[in-house]
Amino acid sequence: MKIRTLAGSVALVALTGMATWADPAEDKLVINGEIEMITHTEKAPDYIEGLSEQYSGWHFRDADTRDMERDDFDNPGMLAVDAAKEVWNTADGTEGKSCASCHGEPESLRGVRAVMPKFNEAKGEMYTLEMYINDCRTERMGAEAWGWNDADMVNMTALISYVSRGIPMNVAIDGPAAPYWEKGKEMYYTRYGQLELSCANCHEDNYGNYIRADHLSQGQINGFPTYRLKNARLNSIHSRFKGCIRDTRAETFKEGSPEFIALEVYVASRGNGLSVEGPSVRN
Amino acid sequence: MADNVKPRVKVPSKASAGEVVTIKTLISHPMESGQRKDKDGNIIPRSIINRFTCDFNGQNVIDVTLEPAISTNPYFEFEARVDQSGEFKFTWYDDDGSVYEETKSIEIA
Repeated sequence: MKIRTLAGSVALVALTGMATWADPAEDKLVINGEIEMITHTEKAPDYIEGLSEQYSGWHFRDADTRDMERDDFDNPGMLAVDAAKEVWNTADGTEGKSCASCHGEPESLRGVRAVMPKFNEAKGEMYTLEMYINDCRTERMGAEAWGWNDADMVNMTALISYVSRGIPMNVAIDGPAAPYWEKGKEMYYTRYGQLELSCANCHEDNYGNYIRADHLSQGQINGFPTYRLKNARLNSIHSRFKGCIRDTRAETFKEGSPEFIALEVYVASRGNGLSVEGPSVRN
Repeated sequence: MADNVKPRVKVPSKASAGEVVTIKTLISHPMESGQRKDKDGNIIPRSIINRFTCDFNGQNVIDVTLEPAISTNPYFEFEARVDQSGEFKFTWYDDDGSVYEETKSIEIA
């Protein structure tokens, strides 16, 4: 059996021309045969010292998982997009408004996801997509804020990502964003937990390698929210951060905490140049 | 009836006579296995799609029994040979007695 497996893998390496099993798969992502995605760049932005090139997490998944993202019918994240489209058109709150009342079609928000998180001048603080959505709900609609990981919230971020698919991430890191970015960067290189692992230990030093059965990616967040086959639902950026920090056996920060917002700014900037891919499919 | 159950089907609109076409189906459904417990330790009752069928012009194409281990939003992809124009009828049967139906017609070009 072992010999057969080995023979099989040798054959596959010969077929696909992969140098080793561990490398990110050489592949190209075109969704529905029309949206060409940038999932790999030859050169990362200069301010990302630790990366020479960028890979979307898509390259680190199995061929079957990669295929699921090629067709919206096969992408289970699209169920969330459909659900969010209904919510988009449904009035809620004391003002009797829906998202559509102000924004029209969801496509009017094309490009928004690519620049998130973004410094909100009016509020004087860094805002993630979730915070903008909740501001709309509480201030314009007179509705209750959604929880960070409520299905409605994650679905809505999926819809807003969906209309931006293909646009390269372009998160600002200068001006008022700079202190957040610096803080996020410091966190990225800080070792957390009993295992004393920083984000960089896995996602910069060892991407492409296996950590037990897990194929380590660069930890890019251009594909969020992400439909994970392991929990069969969409996952927000912050809940993924939480999972990573928990895995280092540390006390984690909360979704929406200042720490995670800063980390999101920094990690998003590491993906500047990769296409917005959400809702993506991962394992 | 389970919430937000929505069938989706993808069938090519045209085919040549005798062509084998690929059919994809997906239904959003929680597929609660009946094995899990809630916070208070009570068993969450089983609620799954237990049968899926596809017929073409009244002739059965596929008839599937689904078991509780099948995960949420069951997806089926299968092939069918199309000899004449007609209509595919898809039916999902829920534990609670609900029946969800969808039809797609195909033309011989």
